[in-house]
This record gives sequence, C-alpha cells and structure tokens, in this order.
Amino acid sequence: MPELSYREAVRDAMSEAMRRDDDVFIMGEDIAEMGGSMGVTQGMLEEFGPDRVRNTPISEMAIVGAGIGAAMAGMRPIVEIMYQDFTTLSMEQLVNQAAKHRYMSGGQLTVPLTVRTQGGAGWSPGAQHAQQLEAWFVHVPGLKVVFPSTPEDVRGLLWSSIYDDNPVIFFEHRTLYGLKGEVPDQIDPIELGQARVHREGEDVTVVATGRLVHEALAAAEEAEGEGISVEVLDPRTLQPLDEDAIVRSVEKTNRCVVAHEAVVRMGFGAEVAALVQERAFDYLDAPVERVGAKFAPLPFAPVMEEFVIPHQADVLAAIKRTVGRNGDAAS
Amino acid sequence: MATAEKKGQGIARDTLKDFLREMLLIRRFEEKVEERFRAGELPGFLHVAIGQEGVAVGVCRALEAGDVIASTHRAHGHTLAKGTHPNELMAELYGKLEGCSHGYGGSMHLYDVERGNLGANAVVGGGLPAIVGGALAFKLRGEPRVAVAFFGDGATNIGTFYESLNLAQLWGVPAVFVCENNHYAESTPAKQHMPIEDMTKRAEAFGMEAMKVDGQDVEAVYKTTQRALKHARDGKGPVFLVAETFRLTGHYIGDPQVYRPKEEVRELRQTQDPVEKLRAKIELPDDEWEEMEREVTEVVEASVEFAKAGTDPKPEDALKNIYA
Repeated sequence: MPELSYREAVRDAMSEAMRRDDDVFIMGEDIAEMGGSMGVTQGMLEEFGPDRVRNTPISEMAIVGAGIGAAMAGMRPIVEIMYQDFTTLSMEQLVNQAAKHRYMSGGQLTVPLTVRTQGGAGWSPGAQHAQQLEAWFVHVPGLKVVFPSTPEDVRGLLWSSIYDDNPVIFFEHRTLYGLKGEVPDQIDPIELGQARVHREGEDVTVVATGRLVHEALAAAEEAEGEGISVEVLDPRTLQPLDEDAIVRSVEKTNRCVVAHEAVVRMGFGAEVAALVQERAFDYLDAPVERVGAKFAPLPFAPVMEEFVIPHQADVLAAIKRTVGRNGDAAS
Repeated sequence: MATAEKKGQGIARDTLKDFLREMLLIRRFEEKVEERFRAGELPGFLHVAIGQEGVAVGVCRALEAGDVIASTHRAHGHTLAKGTHPNELMAELYGKLEGCSHGYGGSMHLYDVERGNLGANAVVGGGLPAIVGGALAFKLRGEPRVAVAFFGDGATNIGTFYESLNLAQLWGVPAVFVCENNHYAESTPAKQHMPIEDMTKRAEAFGMEAMKVDGQDVEAVYKTTQRALKHARDGKGPVFLVAETFRLTGHYIGDPQVYRPKEEVRELRQTQDPVEKLRAKIELPDDEWEEMEREVTEVVEASVEFAKAGTDPKPEDALKNIYA
C-alpha cells in the first residue's frame, strides 16, 4: 500500500475526482499558483488549468454561494475556505441557503457542494485563525459534517463528500497535514456516517475527533501501561453520526470519554454525552467525561495556547477519572 | 417563450395584449392573496408586488428555455411569469402538497425547478451568489443559458451584492442582475439607504455593463432585457439592469405605510400603474378588457378552489426532504 501524507491524500481525492469527472472543480482563495495557504492544491493548476482550479477574490459569501449555484445547476464544486474562522463570513450562505434549498423546494433541488476548510491550534495563530467550529454546523439540519483524522480516512471521506448530493462541510486539521499513513492503491470511498475503531479496549471508550484522535491513541498507550484497556473510536463524520457504533462500544466498556479540540461548552462532546446517557445509561459505570479546550478564545502566546487546548495528558486524566483512579474524580 | 421581434421595431399588438393579460393575472392573483390573507386563510408572511408586474412579465417573457431565475421575498409575479401555474402557486400559499414547493416553502420560498425557477429567497441579497454560480456552470459546460437574479434597491446595500457582481464580472459569466428599484427597502426610502441616486454607478464600479429602464413600461423592459440577455449569452459578460418601478402597496399585507404620505400612493396609482399604462397604450377596447378581466378572474378563482381542495401535508412530512 502506498503511503501518503494527510495533505497529499486530500489532493489525491480531489485530483482523481477531477480527472474522472468534468463536473468537479475547485475554487478558493490562493489555491491556484500558490497552491493554497496550506499547500493542499499544489500542482493542481498545472494539471487542470485555471477554469477548474479557480483562484477567487477574498469573498467568502460569493465563493460559497457560487458553489451553491453551480451545484444546483448540476455540477459538483469543491470550495476551499482558507481558515475555518472565515466560514463565519459565509455563514448566511451555508446555513440559510446551502442547507435549506432542498427542503424549501420540497425536494426539487440538490446541492452537491463540498466546502473544505481547515483549522486547529498549535502554531499560535491567535484567536482568528485556529478555532474549531465544527459543532456549529452539526446544529444545522441539511448540512453534513465530516472531520477526518488520518490520510486514509481523509481521502476516502473526501471522495464520498464530493459525490454526496448534499452540502458537506469538510474539516481538515492543520497539524495533521504532514501526518503520513498507508492508503489503499485505489481510492476506497468511505461511507459518511461510519465510525472507525482505531484501537479496541475493554475498560473505557474514548470518542475523539481530529487531532484528539492521535492524542487519545497516545493516552490509550500510556493507560495500557497502567493496566487500563482503552477503546478509541473516531466518528469521522459528525453528521450523520454513527450512534450505534458509539453506543455499542460504551455498552462494552461501560465508560466514556469524549475528546475534541473545540471548547467543551456546547461542544460536540455534549451531544455524545447526551446520546450515551439516553441510549446506554444502564451500562454506564461512571459519568461521561468531556475533554476539550477551556472556555477562552485562542491566545497568542504559546504557553497560553498550550494551556487552553487539550492534550494527551488531559485525555489520560479523564480516562483515569472514569475508572476511578488517582482520586480526582468529579465529586 | 420570447416572441421573435426585429431590432428597432415595436412589439406586435397581440404580444402586448398577451403581456397585459399576464400582468392582469398577476394583479388579480395578488389582490386575491391579500383578500384571503385578511380573511385569515393564508399563513405566513406575504409580500405582494402590485405595481411591479411590468418588470416580472417583461423580464421573464424575454427569457429563453433553459434560462434560470432566482427571486426575492416578493416573488408571486416572477413565479407566475416564469410559467408556474396559478393553481400550484396558490396551493403553495395555502401550504398544500400540490404547491410549487410542496408546502415546504411558502410565499417567500417559491421554487419551480423544472421551469427554471431556482427559488425565491427570504434573505435580502441571499440569492445573488447562487446566480453567479449557476451562470458559471453554464459557462464551464458551454451551455448557451443565462442566469437571472431579481432583487430590490435595498439589496444593493448588502455584501452579497458587491461580492457577487465583482465575481460575475471578473469571471465574465452569463448573468443578468435585475434590480427592481421600487425606491423603498421595506419602509426605508432610498434617500435614507443610498447615498447616490443613479444605481447603475454601482455596477459601473465593477466595469459591468449597466442598463436602465422604465419598469412601468413592459415593452421597454422586455426589449431591454432582450439586449441584456444577448450581451450575456454572447459571452460579453454579465449585465446590471435597473428597472425603475413602484410598489403601489405596503411592504407586507397589512402594512399601514406610516413612512410615506397617502398622497404619494394615490398619485402613483393614478400615474404609475403598469397595467393601466399598457391598456391605454394598446388602446384595448372596453369589451376586450372586460373579457380579459373575466378570464383572469376565473383563473384566479379556480386557483383558490384548487388550493383549498389540496392535500395537507402530514405533520411528520416535516422530516422529509432534509437530505437527498
């Protein structure tokens, strides 16, 4: 099996779709000659030309809206929003238009649009270039939300997103772009709505997304050394959500930790915690623990940024709380 | 479908009579909507475009098969002029499954995709970017189609307008932006929301072809739209088309219009009614007018009957059509 970086895997899915299908094209800021602010689209202009790798003005409303219009006209556009913080500028188009045309038309329209965006803390960009806003979009009926954490997943899920007939908000984590992993020879589409169990365990389930999948795997390794068997599950798509997989896992382990980089309050973890108590309450041996960023904008100074966002140690501490070790369980 | 007219010639009287009939149908339809709303039969927010029928008919009749539109919250006229049957429109206003949006949209979200209506939009300016994208798709696929956005003067102050016009001109897409300048953004008069009077300047700032037309003269609207469509279809880029028009009623049904003097409305009704103007222009004899009135009234009454006899959605239908 070939090895690709997460960045290359994203590019590979887009390029392969564009080779096979004239209806797929990409537009976004600085994606042509520059190859994107994160280098994801490097080389695509040369292969596909400026009609299909379209550099745009800094106009998030119009870029997303043009994607909606082209999608309604039967194409499968990919829109790159440079930083997910800038999706706030296109929120009207995403929430009121993309998500609702199918519904408001009584099923006459489809909007097969993929909006790719990226973010994540770790490089000290400060408060406007590193937020994790995925939970906002899960709150909007009509949108699908995807957040892959490995090269294999990002490629297979992006392919499925491009070919999904609904608007998909596709989150990439900036610190994962360099991550390498094996991928199948041919693109293997991954169905939206299927979780992936990265590591099986018996004592506690960690439901993690994005960068925190890797923090959780490292924490699980550490816990293993202390005799705690941890299952790590990545839902991969937040909408639709593979509820059954989460419930099944918790029914087996009887404990659950949810871990994401976004702030804890009103985050995706709250939804998972609610799901688990609704469907697996009788199986729970401990309260569901949530791991995420502290309730603060992302600060600039590296020491403060490190303080705000969650790490392996935070996941490990939560794991230990659920199994009642270390005596610092919530009273 | 557009009737072929040679450049520089007037439009055949029969065609104009047909325009008049369509405008009268829209007028009587909207008056009926007002009546049924006041009678408590129609849910939702309703905005009529009485006085603006010449723009809807003039623009939509100039379109060719395959051209698409996006409309606004004031969409009944555009929808009828684009070919949706009055029965389907009225059924939508009654929230019935037989409605043009199957009861999921209502007055502010009228769709008829088969007839090229990509939807009325309840967010001012919200539909403009999609028209750029639709036009881009036509261009990329080499299809000789044009995408047309309707919007009002109020929408020229919102960000989507600037981003959309800039992108459309930059990419030279076949789009026509039809600004129905009725001089009010809801209740706010133009002088309170726009520092300039000539809106074509806004398009000229992007280097975009701009045209202006008397929206109360349907013949002029039709001819100007034909020019605009040709420009776009010929690959010369988008066009900004300002139709000067007048809303002869309030922003919404029941609007007491405290923001403008009663005399203004009275005078506009006497001097700027596009239906009366066209009737006088073609010198339609009284008996033909009365016959037209009878026909149109019958169609409108039938639409109400159709709508009332329509099927209510089941409550749980609310959970359909969210995802494809």
